[in-house]
This record gives sequence, structure tokens and C-alpha cells, in this order.
Amino acid sequence: MGQKIERDYQRFRRIVRGKVKSNLSKYISRGEMIGKKGGELVSIPLPQIQLPQFRYGQKGSAGVGQGDGDVGQPLTAPDGDGEPQAGDQPGGHILEVELTLEEMAEILGEELALPRIKPKGKKNILTKRDRYTSIRQVGPESLRHFKRTYKRALRRMLTAGVYDPADPRVIPERQDKQYRSWKETPLPQSVACIIYMMDVSGSMTDEQKEIVRIESFWIDMWIKAHYQGIETVYIVHDAIAHEVDEHTFYHTRESGGTKISSAYELANKIIDQRYSPEEWNIYAFHFSDGDNWGDDIPHCVNILKNILLPKLNLFGYGQVESPYGSGEFFDYVHELLGNHENVVASRIPDRDAILGSIREFLGTGR
Amino acid sequence: MSQFYSTNLPPDLRVVKEEIETYARDYGLDFYETIFEVVDAEDLNEIAAYGGFPTRYPHWSFGMSYEELRKGYDYGLSKIYEMVINNDPCYAYLMRCNHLVDQKLVMAHVYGHCDFFKNNAYFAHTSRKMMDEMANHGARIRRYVEKHGEDDVELFLDRCMSIDDLIDIHSTAIKRRGDFSRYDFVEKTNDDEVQTIRFKSKDYMEDYINPPGVIKAEEEEARKRLEKVARSFPEQPEKDVLLFLIDHAPLKNWQRDVLSIVRDEAYYFMPQAQTKIMNEGWASYWHSTIMTQKVLQPSEIIDYADHHSGTMAMHGARINPYKLGIELLRDIENRWNTGRFGAEYDNCDDLDQRRQWNRNLGLGRQKIFEVRKVHNDITFIDTFLTPEFCEEHKLFSYAFVDQTGQYVIESRTFDVIKKRLLFGLTNFGKPWIYAKDGNFRNRGELLLWHSHNGIDLKLDHAKDTLANVQFIWSRPVHLETILEGKPVLLSYDGNEHSSKATGESNGNRATVSKSR
Repeated sequence: MGQKIERDYQRFRRIVRGKVKSNLSKYISRGEMIGKKGGELVSIPLPQIQLPQFRYGQKGSAGVGQGDGDVGQPLTAPDGDGEPQAGDQPGGHILEVELTLEEMAEILGEELALPRIKPKGKKNILTKRDRYTSIRQVGPESLRHFKRTYKRALRRMLTAGVYDPADPRVIPERQDKQYRSWKETPLPQSVACIIYMMDVSGSMTDEQKEIVRIESFWIDMWIKAHYQGIETVYIVHDAIAHEVDEHTFYHTRESGGTKISSAYELANKIIDQRYSPEEWNIYAFHFSDGDNWGDDIPHCVNILKNILLPKLNLFGYGQVESPYGSGEFFDYVHELLGNHENVVASRIPDRDAILGSIREFLGTGR
Repeated sequence: MSQFYSTNLPPDLRVVKEEIETYARDYGLDFYETIFEVVDAEDLNEIAAYGGFPTRYPHWSFGMSYEELRKGYDYGLSKIYEMVINNDPCYAYLMRCNHLVDQKLVMAHVYGHCDFFKNNAYFAHTSRKMMDEMANHGARIRRYVEKHGEDDVELFLDRCMSIDDLIDIHSTAIKRRGDFSRYDFVEKTNDDEVQTIRFKSKDYMEDYINPPGVIKAEEEEARKRLEKVARSFPEQPEKDVLLFLIDHAPLKNWQRDVLSIVRDEAYYFMPQAQTKIMNEGWASYWHSTIMTQKVLQPSEIIDYADHHSGTMAMHGARINPYKLGIELLRDIENRWNTGRFGAEYDNCDDLDQRRQWNRNLGLGRQKIFEVRKVHNDITFIDTFLTPEFCEEHKLFSYAFVDQTGQYVIESRTFDVIKKRLLFGLTNFGKPWIYAKDGNFRNRGELLLWHSHNGIDLKLDHAKDTLANVQFIWSRPVHLETILEGKPVLLSYDGNEHSSKATGESNGNRATVSKSR
């Protein structure tokens, strides 16, 4: 997409979403395009802003059409706005609303942001850099690669037999010319690392795992859509913690006892090894049903309070409803809230609470 | 643009271009040099969103068009084949991924447009260096954005664009006013001095020939008349409301400039809307002629026919300007080839004879060249639409029925169809709005006047538009119109809207002030 239209397009999107100025908002209409996808009709949302103009009302309006039909035959369904569109109206079976995952992530909320992101490390000083590393056939004259152009012109003249050593003038032609060109080297604007920890112990039912996965998926989706160059770490734990890849994180089915400390220890180890807190913004989200091995709790709180929290920008703890146990771990985390402002605890009793929970974690108000 | 690539014609297309250009010239088409640029779909959508001018000023509305074009293209619902810019040289854009036969068709089509731009009388006033002017407009507006902030400039642009159709389409051909406005300060000196007629006389006869009493009364009367005129301006209702605002609204310099930019571009694009049917018809006539008579290879016929018919297809009951244009031009060509025109043919009542009519005049080609030079859509339809044509092409008129809230096929009678068609083309199917008084109620308020012709204004839009005019005028603004048969004065004073019935149906200034 060209840079120029990108600006206008983004401006338009922001107006539509109500991010800038409100006096156009009443002219926004939820237009749609009817498309086809695999034989089914889908509606592609196409918001439009129509500036007011002096124009005729519907009453008494008329026009000319072409085609079959008897006098008196209606052209449109009632309340059809504007031009009659007989014929190209599809039947009433449009169900799907086409939204890409990226659009969804954008819609998820613009009031969300990674809280307390700080400029850390060397990497975030540079954002983007053009490096002149390649060669192209077209370009501005100021970037002409003299040497290459000369060589090509010389070669052409030699092969054509017009090169005269007595008069060694080489005249480049259009096709000889070579231009320097650049490549954009993107560097992360802010270096951040997200650690997702999930309790997959036997006490978590499938429904609860599903909730946790949905929530972490959307947090993940949203962060990836808005921040470039973010690194993610996935940890699953029951009594032992493992670092896993993204796919495993969302698909694994394990069971067993619960030792939350194992996950915290692993997270701490990973931070020490790879993500020095001096250079990284580190966010950790932990999802559990709050049922922990009794003896483990003091150990957990200790690690969290004294070792992990000082290294983190934010620690988010999301607790799903536990059908068996007490869910007492929530209370221990909750206690930390007063003394540590980088802790957020949130309860997610059912699927409906997911969105609210995401807001609690990423809300900019905090 | 995401990356550099050459937009020049590749060698194979250059050969095709030379070939088609030669055919076009042999047929008698006359055009400026035409430069073809080959671009990606993405870039073509961008260019199209800017109305063909990649350097246009920034505004969200172009982003909106872009989204529509891009989604339409991405989902395979619509595709832009051609894009021609009225400029010297003419610029035309080709889509890189199109098949060769499409490129040929588009090129032939483009030469039709180029010829039309250059030769049609209604394009005579347009700037042929619009590429450069648009770039200048863009640079100026970008400068204002830097200086006054994006929000302010955009807000003002929105308001200007909301009234960009309040221009006088005939002003390019008619001289409406003197070179100097009578409100210019230069003529101020004459204001005190009232000229009355004095007859030449000897000294001793002076009092009898020019009686002082009468002279004094005449002077008084003339002064009154002058005052009255001075208080109400413009002299005649001004259709070019934008010009009136540029001349008289208390705008800052940058605002005045933005308004003039919007007005300039509106006038530039105006002839394209004025000649849509003819222009597309003419280009389609020529792509069809050049392709079928000269260029097409046997292997390309199916693809060509597919795309040609796609362009000519009707979408539902809507009139397709390509189709109407090409058919009407062909009809004219046929009529002038066979001599079916003039009093003799018109007066012939024998249906059979009319059908067989052929004088073998062969004037068709010559006639359509003449038509493309002197007509616009309105005169084109008015002059050449025939009952036979309406019947053959199944034209009908439709109208909105209140009770059911539906559009209904109203008639298949020639007179009605023609009337409806012409009405839709007159003033681009938009209401006639004039600036009537710039010193309304002698309080510097602006009175607009809607010349009502049977259809009421869309009220909510009218009110919002009025508010936009008010912002530009800064004093209260009024609009005289008729709603449901009753004359009404809509007003906006910057804070709230009001509407007032004004009594008489031809509510003029006097009655309005009376009802106050």
C-alpha cells in the first residue's frame, strides 16, 4: 500500500471508529458489499461516511431504467435507500460477516496497551533504517551507481563492437543504468517479552482450559497486532513446568498435580538466561484455577514477591473458577496488590468474562 | 508505493500501443500524446481513489474510496480496467496483471476518451495541465495542514466538500458579470454623486428647462434606488455559491485558498459528469470498432466478447452509461447513413416505408464526429433519443410511490422517459441552489434560495449542509425552499436550526421580512 493512501485510509478508519472528532460520526453508515465465498453469500462490511449535500428527497423522485417489466411493477423492496437496485439483491441468506483476524484484533480495543512500557535497552533507540544494499534497474539519477553503469555500458559497447580504444569514451544508455536501492531494516521499537504460563493440571476441566486458551490467544493476538518485535515464551505446568512452542501451548492436554512454583521458577530461569530486565520489558501472564499444592504456596509467594516481581513490568494473574478446590491462590496474589503496583489479578468465571479480564490486564487506565 | 518497479510499457505492449494508435489516427481520432503507465492492482486502486491524480491533497474521503476499491478487488467483485486522465499529455493506467487482449481493449478505449477530452466543447475550458495543478493543490493543502493542524484543515475541507456541487455549470460558457464587481472599492467615489438627466439650456432658461424641484426629487429617488441596490447583493441570484463565498465570506487566507481549490477541482471534474454517457459511449464505440475491425486475433475473440459484454451489461434496472452511449451513437450513425432524419422522414406516416427507409447517404461517421464535438449528455439525449430507440432498448421510467415506499415502473411512453432522463441529467440531478442575498435583513446574513421544481429537499441533509455554509459565512444563514407545497425559510444561526413558514408560495425577500 502506498504511503500516501495509507495515511488517508488510516485517518478514515480512525474517524469511523470514533477515534477522532465526533461531528462526522452521524454521517457514518454501515455499508456492506455482498460477496461470495465458496458458493455462499457473505457480507463484507464497508463503512461509509457521506458528507451532507443539498439533494432531493425520495418523495417525488424518479428516473429511467432499462429492462423488462410491466408498468406498475415495483423495483425495490420497501425502504430501499437511493437508487433502485432490482435484480442484484441477493436473497435473505447472508449470514457471515467477513472479518479478518487482524481487523478483529484491532477492534478488540484501542484503549488497550501494554502497560508501563519503558524504553529499555539499546535496541529500541533505532526504529527503522534504510540501508543501501541492493541494485535496481530504475531509480532517481542521484542514486545512479556509476561504476556498475559504466561497466555495463562498456560491456555493451564491446560486444556491439563500437568501442574504440583510441577514443575510449563510453556512453551509457538507458538500459545500462543501474541504481542503488535500499532495504528497510526494521528494528523493534520497544523490546518486550511476554511470558504466558498456563496451569494444565488435572483439576482444570476442559472448559476452563478452553477459557484460558481463548483469553491468552486474544491477548497474544492483540499484542502481536500492535507491537512488532515482541518475543513470546509459553510455559505449561502441572507439577513440573515445561517451555513449549505456541502450537503445543494451545493444544496440549496434560493432567497431574499442581505446583505453581515450578512455572515461576522456570520463568525466572528463562528471564535470567535470555531476557535481562535491564534491556527488556517483561510481561508475565499466569492462568490457573487457583488450586495449588498446599505446601507450595509460601514458596510461590516468596518467588513471586522477592524474585520475579522486581524483574517484571507487569504480572497478570487470571483465575478461572475451580469446580473442585477453593481457588485460594487468588487471595495470596490479591494480597500482593497493595504493595506491588505491577500486579493485576482477575477472575474469569465464564467465557463472558474474558473480555473484561483482558481489559483489566491491558487497560491503559492502569 | 511499496517498491520500485518500472511503470513504462513493456516492449510487447509498446508494439501494441503503436499499432492501435496508428489505427485510431487513421479513423480520424485526434488526441494529445498518450502516456500509458502499467501499475499493480494495489497502486491502480490508490490512483483511482485519488480520482486519477496520485498527487492529490490528503483527505480521509480518498481513504474511504480506497477501501471500497480494494475490498471490491480483493473479493473479486469489481475491477478497474481503465483510468484515463484529461491532461496534455493524457495519462492512462493499465493494470499489470491484465491479459493482452484486455490491454488492447483498454488502449483502444483510452484513445476514444483522449479524443473526446481534446475535442468535446464542454472540455474546452478545462486545464490541460491538471496533473501539475493538482500537485500544487496538494502541496498547498499539506502546507496548511502543517501550519494550522490537521484537524482544523480537515474540518474546513469537509465543509467545503459538502457544498462542492454548488457551482454554476454554465458559467464557463456565459459571461455572467462585468470584469469588475460593483462592490470593488474603486467605484466608491461615484457613490455620493447621483447622476440625473439635465437638459442643455441657456442660463436664463435653466430654471424652466431643468426645474430645481423636479431635479431634486429625481436625485432623491435615484439615491434611494442606489441605496436599495447597494444593500442587496448579488444583483441576480448567484448559482456559483462557492464563488460568492470566496468573494464575500469573511475567511482567512488559507481558508479562502482551500475553498478555491475545491471549487477549481469541481469545475475540472464537471464536464466528465456532464458528458458521462457520451464519453463512455464514444470510447466504447471506438474500442469496439478498432478491436473488431483491426486488432483482434481469432484466438482472442471469445475473451474480447466476454469483456465487452461485461462492460455493456446492465446492473439490474439501472441505466448503464456505456451501453446507452454506444447504442445511441450507433443509432445516430445508422440514421445518418440511411438518411432517416429531416422533415421528409419525420413527416412520413407510412410505417412500412419508414422501416425500409434508406437514402444511402453514408453520413453516419461524419455525423457522430460532429456530435462528439458539440453535444453534452443533455443535448445529446434531447436531440437524438427517439421513440423507436426507447422501444428497442426497453427503456422505462420509474417513480417513487409514497404509499408503498417503493420505486415502481411508471411508464414506457417516450415523452415520460425522455423527460425523466433529462431531469436526472439536468444540474447532475441535484437541486438548484442560489445565493440570493448576502445582506439579508440588512444584517449581513446570507440568504440561499432553492429554486423548487417539484421535488422537496432531503431535509436532514439540507439542514446539515446549511450548517456548513453557516460556518463559512460566519453570520446566520437561511435557505428559502418549499416543503410539502408550503414555502419555508430554514435558518441556522450557528447554534440552532429553525424553520418558519413564509406565507406566499413565491416567498421573496419582502414577504420574509414581513413575517418576522
